[in-house]
Amino acid sequence: MIKDDVKKKLEGKFKEWRVKNPRRIYLVIDKVDLREVAEVLYSHFKMRLSTVSGIDNEDNFELIYHFGYDKTGEIFSIRIFIKNKDNPKIDSLTPMFRAGEWIEREIHEMLGIDFVGNKNLEHLLLDHDWPEGNYPLRKSCILEKRPYPLEERDNE
Amino acid sequence: MNKRKIVPIGPYHPLQEEPEFFRLVVEGEKVVDVEIEIGYNHRGIEKLSESKHWDQVTFLVERICGICSTSHPFAYVLAVEDLLGIVCPERGSYIRMIIAELERIHSHLLWLGLAGHFIGYNTVWMWAWRAREPILDLFELITGNRNSYAMMKVGGARRDIKEEDYPVIKKTLKELYKELNLFKKAVEDDPIIHKRTKGVGILTKKDAISFGVVGPTARASGVDIDVRRDDSYACYDKIDWDVVVLDEGDVYAKVVARIMEMYESCSIIEKSLAKIPQGEIAIEVRDIPEGEGIGRVEAPRGECFHYVRSDGTNRPVRHKVRAPSFMNVPTNLVTVPGYTISDAAITLAAVDPCYCCTERSAVFSPKGEKILNGEELIKLSQEKTQRLRNKITS
Repeated sequence: MIKDDVKKKLEGKFKEWRVKNPRRIYLVIDKVDLREVAEVLYSHFKMRLSTVSGIDNEDNFELIYHFGYDKTGEIFSIRIFIKNKDNPKIDSLTPMFRAGEWIEREIHEMLGIDFVGNKNLEHLLLDHDWPEGNYPLRKSCILEKRPYPLEERDNE
Repeated sequence: MNKRKIVPIGPYHPLQEEPEFFRLVVEGEKVVDVEIEIGYNHRGIEKLSESKHWDQVTFLVERICGICSTSHPFAYVLAVEDLLGIVCPERGSYIRMIIAELERIHSHLLWLGLAGHFIGYNTVWMWAWRAREPILDLFELITGNRNSYAMMKVGGARRDIKEEDYPVIKKTLKELYKELNLFKKAVEDDPIIHKRTKGVGILTKKDAISFGVVGPTARASGVDIDVRRDDSYACYDKIDWDVVVLDEGDVYAKVVARIMEMYESCSIIEKSLAKIPQGEIAIEVRDIPEGEGIGRVEAPRGECFHYVRSDGTNRPVRHKVRAPSFMNVPTNLVTVPGYTISDAAITLAAVDPCYCCTERSAVFSPKGEKILNGEELIKLSQEKTQRLRNKITS
């Protein structure tokens, strides 16, 4: 188990440290520290970014970066709150490793969060015709019908 | 003069369930660049999950994938159990493990058959799928369904495995060993398979780590990870088994890794049947309190990741799903360029991406007129095998 080493190395960076059970550790950090913390976890501790969960809370956006340490099976979930809901922005991790490319694109189209430094933020899962500014995973988004018409296709 | 041409592959393929679209940029025979487009099968499961109650979600996520249909509910129930802080009874854990391993065998056999088809070994295709059939029959015997088994439930397994079924399972596995030996020998000895797969589509360890790949794709590139061992769930820590790791990173290594994994799966099931205790298969769960949980399962293609959050109501507030192919498919960006177009079919298939494109592909000239249709791309690949075969036998 390396959580004590991680705690020591990241001392001062996290605002909250919670060990839910021996293999699930949750910590809260500031938005500006993301790259630094990710660098330590990826380069120093050789962790792997499993995925990022984006959540739309009532008064902020929440991103949880799940870093897995495969030698012991621990998952360090780095929690970040983005308070500005009108223009949410966060640093991209793609300059560091390529594992973040697709997940950042997905969160960008689903929640409308801008990843500064990611060169390709085009639609990944949604149609290219999907209307601008309509983010399906926001709680305010209730889809009653298709937001754009299906083009007429001939049945040949 | 622009000699570059674009070869679109995809997006629909009748064989498998996940449409993807690849745009290969070729210079003559050589692939110089590749673009990947996905999303043709996006059904908004994560959003849908927020409108179902906790028990219904198990069935919902079972429908994410038709081939690894137990991995998603397995990861989901583990996530909810992590949230609750409960552990499934031992007999239930063994049942879950047996189902998961049977699924790995049938998924790998399906892939092996398709891989054989792509390089022109249609006999391998038929044999692999023939060997897969008894496994599906086993599923029908144990769960009542050949696919989408509905064996997972928060707190345990939904159904028991009857004791009179044990001998049938053991007998089927015994028969399967014979088939596996056949495939293993074919892959080890056949010079044409070596020529088509060795040194092709190499994924280096450095790239594997950067892309964060998982499962057999990672293990064939020398990255020693396996959730079953690292973050042991069910009863994998109570049984003696090995993680197959190879260093080459080419298509051949991925074939070998999957064949060796099937042996391991068979041995895990056999040992489980010897060790499975009597007792409860599930504990009752009534309320899901406020909290969050993470569940990870080693699906046939790699780590399947589920994150759930509850606010104390009967529905999840957020349910994040990450399938293994999400990490593995982007590696085609580095493994396909640099090789010939006849190698593209097998390299794209090597990560086992719920592959579904090649049959509907077409080659276009820069003006957009159609030159080749989909079957011809597979034909290109198969012709290469034939040429090599003629060269070796003459």
